[in-house]
Amino acid sequence: MTRPDSDLHDLSLVQLAEQLRQRTVSAQETAQHFLARAKAHDQSLGVYLARDEAVTLAQARAADERLAQGTAGALEGLPLAHKDIFVTRDFPSTAGSRMLAGYRSPFDATVVARLAAQGAVTLGKLNCDEFAMGSSNENTAVTAVGHAQPEPVRNPWNTDHIPGGSSGASAAAVAARLMPASTGTDTGGSIRQPASFCGITGIKPTYGRASRYGMIAFASSLDQAGPMARSAEDCALLLSHLCGPDPDRDSTSLDLPPEDYSRSLNDSIDGLRIGVPEEFFGDGVADDVRQAVDAALAQYEKLGAVRVPVSLPRTELAIPVYYIIAPAEASSNLSRFDGVKFGHRAAQFQDLADMYRKTRSEGFGDEVRRRIMIGTYVLSHGYYDAYYLQAQKIRRMLSDDFQQAFKTCDVIAGPVAPTVAWRIGEKSADPLANYLADIFTLPASLAGLPAMSLPAGFGAGGMPIGLQLMGNYLQESRLLNLAHRLQQVTDFHTRKPQGH
Amino acid sequence: MSATSGSAASAPPATAATSQPPSIPQGPLVQGYEVVIGFETHAQLSTASKIFSRASTAFGAEPNTQACAVDLALPGTLPVMNKGAVERAIRFGLAVGAHVAERSVFARKNYFYPDLPKGYQISQFEIPVVQGGQVEFFLDGDKRAVRLVRAHLEEDAGKSLHEDFVGQTGIDLNRAGTPLLEIVTEPDMRSSLEAVAYARELHRLVTWIGICDGNMQEGSFRCDANVSVRKPGAALGTRREIKNLNSFKFMQQAIDFEVRWQIEQIEDGHAIEQATVLFDPATGETRAMRTKEDAADYRYFPDPDLPPLVIARDWVDTVRADMPELPHVLRARLASEHGLSEYDAAILTQSKSMARYFLDAVAAGGQPKLVCNWITGELSRRLNAQEIEVDASSVDAATLAALVRRIADGTVSNNAARQVFEALWTGEGTDVDAVIEAKGLRQMNDSSALETIIDEVIAANTKSVEEFRQGKDKAFNALVGQVMKASRGKANPSQVNELLRKKLG
Amino acid sequence: MSLTSSDISRIATLARLELDASGSERMLSQLNDFFDIVQKMRAVDTTGVVPLAHPFETIGDIALRLRPDVASEPDQREANQRSAPSVEAGLFLVPKVIE
Repeated sequence: MTRPDSDLHDLSLVQLAEQLRQRTVSAQETAQHFLARAKAHDQSLGVYLARDEAVTLAQARAADERLAQGTAGALEGLPLAHKDIFVTRDFPSTAGSRMLAGYRSPFDATVVARLAAQGAVTLGKLNCDEFAMGSSNENTAVTAVGHAQPEPVRNPWNTDHIPGGSSGASAAAVAARLMPASTGTDTGGSIRQPASFCGITGIKPTYGRASRYGMIAFASSLDQAGPMARSAEDCALLLSHLCGPDPDRDSTSLDLPPEDYSRSLNDSIDGLRIGVPEEFFGDGVADDVRQAVDAALAQYEKLGAVRVPVSLPRTELAIPVYYIIAPAEASSNLSRFDGVKFGHRAAQFQDLADMYRKTRSEGFGDEVRRRIMIGTYVLSHGYYDAYYLQAQKIRRMLSDDFQQAFKTCDVIAGPVAPTVAWRIGEKSADPLANYLADIFTLPASLAGLPAMSLPAGFGAGGMPIGLQLMGNYLQESRLLNLAHRLQQVTDFHTRKPQGH
Repeated sequence: MSATSGSAASAPPATAATSQPPSIPQGPLVQGYEVVIGFETHAQLSTASKIFSRASTAFGAEPNTQACAVDLALPGTLPVMNKGAVERAIRFGLAVGAHVAERSVFARKNYFYPDLPKGYQISQFEIPVVQGGQVEFFLDGDKRAVRLVRAHLEEDAGKSLHEDFVGQTGIDLNRAGTPLLEIVTEPDMRSSLEAVAYARELHRLVTWIGICDGNMQEGSFRCDANVSVRKPGAALGTRREIKNLNSFKFMQQAIDFEVRWQIEQIEDGHAIEQATVLFDPATGETRAMRTKEDAADYRYFPDPDLPPLVIARDWVDTVRADMPELPHVLRARLASEHGLSEYDAAILTQSKSMARYFLDAVAAGGQPKLVCNWITGELSRRLNAQEIEVDASSVDAATLAALVRRIADGTVSNNAARQVFEALWTGEGTDVDAVIEAKGLRQMNDSSALETIIDEVIAANTKSVEEFRQGKDKAFNALVGQVMKASRGKANPSQVNELLRKKLG
Repeated sequence: MSLTSSDISRIATLARLELDASGSERMLSQLNDFFDIVQKMRAVDTTGVVPLAHPFETIGDIALRLRPDVASEPDQREANQRSAPSVEAGLFLVPKVIE
């Protein structure tokens, strides 16, 4: 077989893994190929915040040795890049913030270490909304590789559009075939929404399934890591090695052994009950989105699944509840950025208090400051009960609503977002508009449920549309199984943007 | 804040209940004011590693060499709870008869300070691990009880070093994350003396049960005193909090100064404003700390990095099973089993080693009351004089028991025994009987020999004999003295009395 | 109810943020826009509902994992202080703290 060098980037993660195992292509050739592609697209997309050829090639060389010795791991030689929310020893870790520009972590995030332990090769670190706060990847404060100043990440399907956020670059990079897969994090939809906007597949596992150690915290009770790739099959491979208990480092990681999510991909979905919440199809939902989601559901019925109406009556409340709880936790999580132990410190100040104020005002961008203000307010004396506690009570109700729904269905399906990706700048002056667009991803996040996005078609301006699948706790394999079955009868996930 | 008391989990049931009024007798009035004191004590738990990280808690290491990524709050780090800290909290709860919560919750206390790496302290707020309980102690012979509101687990902060740098402060985070048990009392104390007695008792208790090394110089046991004054019967006055009292001496000085100061203010018509103050040993005065503009608003909320702390009942039982006998239990046992007064028993249970010494001496055949008198008298006097612990006593328990036996069986008189003890203490001798013989201190118990002496004395002191017969008791004592003198102190005084009276008819 | 500019400065002080006049005005209007949608949430009757602080309560009644009390962290001061703004003799330096 001749080496499909030029088409390496068209191979799926699973296919590439096979080629590497067969040694029809080496890890070093693979790394070289994707590093070259990265350079070629730095200008147009701005997805990379950090790359280091020497580090990447050294990892690839080690992978080739293990492949030669037959001691290869499950991901041996596979090139990935990590959202810059994960701290890494070998690359700077910035969370996309001036506050951490050039910060070097003395340790690797558990997720990064787990993937590396299976032989994955790191291409670099990927742009994101600052501290993962945003749904457009316009809240960027760190200058991307090949750029002169911080700029919004661009959507490869149309570079005038946003890729979604906060894992925007993770999605854009995979859609543009700059890497077969990447890691992202999802607090209120930050894996699912950009996956949807960039026409790829991404899954957020059950809260606690992936370790949060080494993930720069945004909202501790919501943050979850997950894989982003072109297909469910690729996500399953990555998720199998990304998840697992971390008892020594993360008290919130679940005490459950890793699972092989690939095994059940082809299971029959005959008679499977897909719950469709009416609240996910209200007036706010654009027609193109509605049609694509309907079409996907129709496909599922062809495959033998049953469509059952369910209700998630408090869906709309998820917005205020999330935007109180997440900022509350964030306001506390971000207090460590004070210019004392690491990161940015203001150059001029009168005294300690002034150093704190100037350091934090210079170091944090607008959206981060806004959320710190909201979070501080809702926790402050006299407002805690009315806001934070009330939000927690409704969080319970939202969670109960899901359990109610799961009595009559096996999974829940709906749109990921009300519209396709909007134009850069379209909503940047209006934070609230961004918040409202998160309405369909927030409920699963608040309940800690696994949820994913998979390509379901294309809408206005040829922009991708995603289908969201939500499962009950620990039902990741069921979701991936459903997604895989759809991807066997549709080709949305195999299409690629012009020029990629 | 819930401070429920008494439960199946804890024996004896705690009496604390914040709703009850203090069940404490009124203390001495100061210039017509009643003093009201409550305590918050931070006891560093004697674990090997920190409460949420695996870094060492050893004291005195090079700056920041024991501050790991978690302690420094490096991005991405998370807390993982130390079982040893929880186990010690359970021990304390059992020791004070409190309720050990089946489920308690960690919360974040948010404030900015350079020695607080995360910008918040992980503590317990609404549901603490230890709820209620009380600490009992003696204050000049009277039994007192101070009720506890709660004791909760939290992490210590780092240290700010202000001296070494011009215009700057150095931050050492080695101490950051050291486990603390914060022990909070009701405002039950009514004088600085009572406050110090409480603090001493608490200090003894935490060291006795081995959860804290009690080293106050190194800050292992730090007290904050909430002090207010009021006219008897009036509502509680506004309190000021004296922070970081790390010696019993300063504790009393600080409270006394604070009380005088508050009374003066009130007498001069000024209202007391709630404040946090520091005691300056140099001036002997307290001064208000620079108030942080937002100190009041800590924005407590449940820490989303830590699930609830669940303590199974069988764990509590296991911990109870290997608890040492507690001071107050041992005290009661000494009183009942050995017929000692509560007061003597209390002194013997000052420290575990003192109690051990007593029990060993009794086990070696020493008559309890006598052993007690010798420990609280002669032995304590010498220990205090040389400022050494009983473990370092040059007279061991068995030896004291042997001496006490010789007093009991009449071999030596109390005065002679002191000379024997002196010899044993200085190392002049090691064996009790040997010393008695060598010094010829054996009492004369052979009556015939004694009768001869008495006859001689009567013969030689006709005047005294006359006076006695005329009813002058002083004369009799003079004769006894003569006999003792003639026997060179070896005669048994009671025997002398008896025989002499018989002969004088 | 809506926030006032004095709320903004109170919160900014608590959060250790510095906002210039225009910045705090913009912040005020943006926060008020947000708290408009919060009103709907405040109106919900939640009597008797137990607050859900964390999904681990619903995933399964997960209890805190306890780690054995072993000190095993090596000294990594140099690596840990690599990104520190100001260090001298192993200490982090900050402007003088007055108590």
